[in-house]
Amino acid sequence: MKMPWQKYNVDSEYGYSDDEKKMMSDYSKHVYRKYIFILACVIGMVIIIGITVTIGSYGIGFFEAYQIIFDHIIGNIQDSDKDFVIFELRMPRIVAGIIAGAGLAVAGAVMQSTMKNPLADPYTTGISSGASFGATLAIVLSMSVVGGNYAIVVNAFIFSLIPMAVIMLVSTIRHASPTTIILSGLAVMYLFNAMTTLLMLMADPNALEEAFQWQVGTLGLIKWQMIPLMAVIVAIGCIALQFLSRKINVLVSGDEGAKSLGIDADKLRIFCLLIVSLMAAAIVSFTGIIGFIGLVCPHICRMFIGSDNRYLIPASAAFGAMFLILADLVGRTIIAPTVLEVGVITAFIGGPMLLYLLVKQKKEVW
Amino acid sequence: MVKCMNKLLIPTAGKAELDGREVKSYSLKELSTRVGFVPATSSDSFSMTVADTVLMGRHPYAKLGSEKEDMHKVYEVLKALNITHLALRNYNELSAGQHQKVSIARGLAQEPQILILDEPTANLDVRHQVQVIELLQRVSHEKNITIIMISHELNVASKYADRVIVMSTPGIIYRTGTPNEVITEDTVRYVYGMNCRIIDDCGRPHVILGTPLSDEEIRELHKDENDLVG
Repeated sequence: MKMPWQKYNVDSEYGYSDDEKKMMSDYSKHVYRKYIFILACVIGMVIIIGITVTIGSYGIGFFEAYQIIFDHIIGNIQDSDKDFVIFELRMPRIVAGIIAGAGLAVAGAVMQSTMKNPLADPYTTGISSGASFGATLAIVLSMSVVGGNYAIVVNAFIFSLIPMAVIMLVSTIRHASPTTIILSGLAVMYLFNAMTTLLMLMADPNALEEAFQWQVGTLGLIKWQMIPLMAVIVAIGCIALQFLSRKINVLVSGDEGAKSLGIDADKLRIFCLLIVSLMAAAIVSFTGIIGFIGLVCPHICRMFIGSDNRYLIPASAAFGAMFLILADLVGRTIIAPTVLEVGVITAFIGGPMLLYLLVKQKKEVW
Repeated sequence: MVKCMNKLLIPTAGKAELDGREVKSYSLKELSTRVGFVPATSSDSFSMTVADTVLMGRHPYAKLGSEKEDMHKVYEVLKALNITHLALRNYNELSAGQHQKVSIARGLAQEPQILILDEPTANLDVRHQVQVIELLQRVSHEKNITIIMISHELNVASKYADRVIVMSTPGIIYRTGTPNEVITEDTVRYVYGMNCRIIDDCGRPHVILGTPLSDEEIRELHKDENDLVG
């Protein structure tokens, strides 16, 4: 009988030897396991969605929730109250969580690979500090590029791209090695952090609280109309990075080796960085700085499926999305009715989880 | 110099040619199907399995749906190097000698006409050194590939090379030719600043090192070129 993972050893086109057949089938199984991990994350995510939508003052059952979501999708709404509760009140938060989690984790995985540094995350280039400065500027001094409801979002987005612009400028003068990139990011980050601190020292208590909450990262402020933009940028980014994943693999093995395989290492690195920055900026501007996902999720995925970016990118997306909505779920239930912001919870769950896996793992991942 | 051959560096003076065309005018991708490069060290952070690492060598040829053929090539290369049993091991679990074999496998999977190796025997014990080099020699004969290898080991070069280029600082070619023509007591004295004795080992020179020259003697030897520079 032919199993799904046996796609490599089918016919005798090449006159396969037994040894080769064995290697191919072992390799196929090895790939198949990675798909299983991704599938498990997606299933986990669906279950968590079900649990999350039931939480709130309006009682909706676990299986009932799926029924309502299914009805809504096929356009056959039966109970408009429950439909409203789920789709207008509870869903935006979950959908935003999925997009942000997936986007940040993919961005982190790619940053770590292209920088060849396990400490890199989507914010390594200074995105978070730029975004906080932009947001704080809007909150404290009401100074913003556009007025109205989107003042904070637009400000954060524009300022978060400044560090990347600086890095690109530096890399036109100097060779874009990971060290140059990380250090220029660090330099810009300190500058922005200092300015943010200065602003916060001048702020009145209300503005201070708002600015502080923004910096921790929250999914509570998301509305449906914000989601399409975020979703489009993140989706395009993830797809582009998935197409580049094979090249990123080669890049990880060394710049000289990459060049001899026909890949311009510096150009590829800067291009990936640009995609990652746009994704992270789009997410951060709407949710604030949700830390830890981008750093930890890729590492956890590596422990399960290895460092091959062709599989690591989708796995990180699935795991990141699951992890973020789980963290949000925990944040909303653990000391209910008080809500803990998701940024706090990701660190609380992620830290010990990473330590546990570090101690437990048998394979050398790094 | 070797890095100019595969466009890792653009020469500051003179030009490098491949098949009568300047290397500069090749795109990196074109070049990658002709010249393979095995770096001295490759990073083992975020390492993948050996099969996936070697599969990277197929990158210049990769297109949608070519996985099966690429995997077949990977197998052939691993088989030629006798490391099929390592296929699913993680690269960073391997020893230095195995690393070197995997890197060479990646270079071979690239199916180049020329394979350049940067010190393939550095960090290896003698047994692995000989294994790696004999393997390279065999592959070069079987697959008709030109192998260019950088080495500091005089005896390795003299024993296995068809032609030797002796480089001296600062990056100039001192002499080229067959090992018998090039590896002489004078060369070793001039380039390495070492006294030595050369004996005949099955028709090839074998260097037995003596004492290093003193600084004065080296200055005396290089007097002519210093005059030129001065």
